[in-house]
Amino acid sequence: MAVVNTATHGDHAHEVHDDHHDNFITKYIFSTDHKMIGKQFLVTGIFWALIGGFLSILFRLQLGFPEMDMSFLRPILGGWITETGELDQNFYLALVTMHGTIMVFFVLTAGLSGTFSNFLIPLQIGARDMASGFMNMLSYWFFFVSGLIMFASLFLEKGPAGGGWVVYPPLSALEQAIPGSGMGMTLWLIAMVFFIASTLLGGINYITTIINMRTKGMTFARLPLTIWSFFLTAVIGLLSFPVLFAAALLLVFDRSFGTSFYLADIYIGGEALPHTGGSPVLYQHLFWFLGHPEVYIVLLPALGITSEVIATNSRKPIFGYKAMIISMLGITILSFVVWAHHMFVSGMNPFLGSVFMFLTLIIAVPSAVKVFNYLTTLWRGNLIFTPAMLFSIGLVSFFISGGLTGIFLGNSAIDIQLHDTYFVVAHFHLVMGSASFFGLMAGVYHWFPKMFGRMMDSKLGYIHFWLTFIGVYMVFFPMHYIGIAGFPRRYYSWTNFDFANMYTDLNMFVSIAAIVTFAAQFIFLFNFFYSMYKGRKAPHNPWRSNTLEWTTPINPGHGNWPGEIPSVYRWPYDYSKPGSAADFIPQTVPLSATPESNLPHEEELVKLEKQIMAEEGQVLVANESNK
Amino acid sequence: MEERLEYIEGAEQPISMHPKKFALWLFIVSTVMVFAALTSAYIVRQAEGNWLEFNLPSVFYWTSAIIVLSSGTMHWAYTAAQRDDMKILKLGMVLTSILGVAFLVGQWYSWVALVDRDVYFVGNPAGSFLYVFTGLHALHLISGVIFLIIVLISSFKYKIHSKSMTRMEMCATYWHFLGGLWIYLFMFLLLNH
Repeated sequence: MAVVNTATHGDHAHEVHDDHHDNFITKYIFSTDHKMIGKQFLVTGIFWALIGGFLSILFRLQLGFPEMDMSFLRPILGGWITETGELDQNFYLALVTMHGTIMVFFVLTAGLSGTFSNFLIPLQIGARDMASGFMNMLSYWFFFVSGLIMFASLFLEKGPAGGGWVVYPPLSALEQAIPGSGMGMTLWLIAMVFFIASTLLGGINYITTIINMRTKGMTFARLPLTIWSFFLTAVIGLLSFPVLFAAALLLVFDRSFGTSFYLADIYIGGEALPHTGGSPVLYQHLFWFLGHPEVYIVLLPALGITSEVIATNSRKPIFGYKAMIISMLGITILSFVVWAHHMFVSGMNPFLGSVFMFLTLIIAVPSAVKVFNYLTTLWRGNLIFTPAMLFSIGLVSFFISGGLTGIFLGNSAIDIQLHDTYFVVAHFHLVMGSASFFGLMAGVYHWFPKMFGRMMDSKLGYIHFWLTFIGVYMVFFPMHYIGIAGFPRRYYSWTNFDFANMYTDLNMFVSIAAIVTFAAQFIFLFNFFYSMYKGRKAPHNPWRSNTLEWTTPINPGHGNWPGEIPSVYRWPYDYSKPGSAADFIPQTVPLSATPESNLPHEEELVKLEKQIMAEEGQVLVANESNK
Repeated sequence: MEERLEYIEGAEQPISMHPKKFALWLFIVSTVMVFAALTSAYIVRQAEGNWLEFNLPSVFYWTSAIIVLSSGTMHWAYTAAQRDDMKILKLGMVLTSILGVAFLVGQWYSWVALVDRDVYFVGNPAGSFLYVFTGLHALHLISGVIFLIIVLISSFKYKIHSKSMTRMEMCATYWHFLGGLWIYLFMFLLLNH
């Protein structure tokens, strides 16, 4: 295969850096290398996923086996298990709150976007590093501090925040309300401020890097869909996280300084509180202006990763490259105008509700376009079922089955019945939680060889996939029925209600499935850490992929390419191109080197390519003679 | 011919803007979103009634004049740097920094004037919002003054001239933005209080 290096571009200043050797601290801890920062985000994300998953097992035990004696958990939970061996009721609220916060922000935002945006953006667009390595490092360390504070709050005497992950006031604003609105809530808010700072620092870096630092020939129309999705995710984050900051700031003032932005006319124990004139719905508006785009911050990177993995392993170009970009753009824009569908029953104007319902249902259009494009890419492809491919197909499955229930929930009339029931829990755990988690897993299995230079064991990967895939459906599918029956979410116990008794066995089934699914993740954990040191050595391009990251050395150093950065001559999806002998043509292969497979309009480009090469050749010669 | 131009454009290394300058613009976008959220919250809350009416401190007119003037001196210093006119650059930067501090002092007196009107941070949200707007803007302005002083020091070290303008350009962009942000907030308050 011909590799023509015509360009004289590239960051020559960088070569100086290769001489000095990093010590342990600059290499593994305070690293400014985007690859190491990506791995730091990944490992921290895995740590938080385990904590978040473990918390969910605790409350699933309570829901599935309400009469169970939990005193065997006392070594871990201590005082949170009462004298009679029951789970403390306030701690239950803290468990669901922390599970939501950890999974949404720490695992699926930082762990997913943080890992893959950092790791893949410079590698796939052909850059030495991020626009600002220092800011990138700060981004990780702000996230780390945020995690530290959140982790510390788990060990408070009164427990961590307990007002639900949305922390609605007045519940979250008044210390007298529940134990979880005391110090735990304060630490939650401080941790979130650090987290917002981390996300903004990261997002600013991602956008700057993608716009300004693409290699020669890497036009926007030649960007892999992963990069498009990371780009739009960062844009959403940049526009929505500041709004969460504003909401949290006012909540801090209400909690600690006595203002009344969200508080009005509250009586506790017959005593009126001094707060007057606040509006709790105001908080909901501000929160969901972040909260809804956050769903897409979580989901878009997973969709981008899936596009890449499915095209590579179907050995076919992605179906509808431009339609994919346009639908992601559409989702990005729509994500900002649908937030009030979370508030249909908040007492808001029903007419306004109809507007938001209409806008919400429009999201089905770009989402369906994406699903059809995945299916048509898979259709008649030469499918290679790597673990990453299976997880990607799993994502598509969850995206369909979870997305369909979104059409129900988006209706303001049906939402009156379904609001805050387990139907909602089932919906968003499938379409946002599990789909994004499967995207994350697909990414880890697919890019592990690039991260660590070794392969993960695919047999363990298959076991992990099937247990998780079946497990997720076993957990969340029955929840739809429980929700339609009217079970409210976040309730400690339902056994007091007669209508709820008939679902005890279903809840037990869900809890057992959840425990099995959680246990299956340890297969992945073993595979991940074992393969990091003992895995089979990775070949140069294990998935025979077109994108730029596979043109770097197997273990790329700081700066990614030892020589010049390769130029890009084509889009990243030239798989099984008719006429070509090879079934994939990397982006670095010029059109002039593949006359047998060029399309008519590409032949035109070849002429120009040759012309440019000739001109650059003259420049090169001139430069040489000047020396 | 046209087609050829297009292709060359596509093949060139697409670095279009200094990454740090671009990052500053993105930071400005996120700041705009914070204030857009707060002012929207103000409108939503105001529409619900139970709203305290009071006159805005007249000191806001003075501070607005000061911040507009400081944008003028900033631009004066900026064009001086482009012309390598070091004397005017230093003078302009000193003036801008003094005006920046004067603005902050003026904003403090606006709080004093609010307290005189019996409008406190704790109380009806109409007053609390005003403290949050001015306070959060003042925090940003303090960061702007620090940036001004950094550029001021480097201009005295002759590190800012027509060949090295990045920091100066970023400082000017940020300072004009902060001025514009205040004018927006003031206009917003005039129209909506």
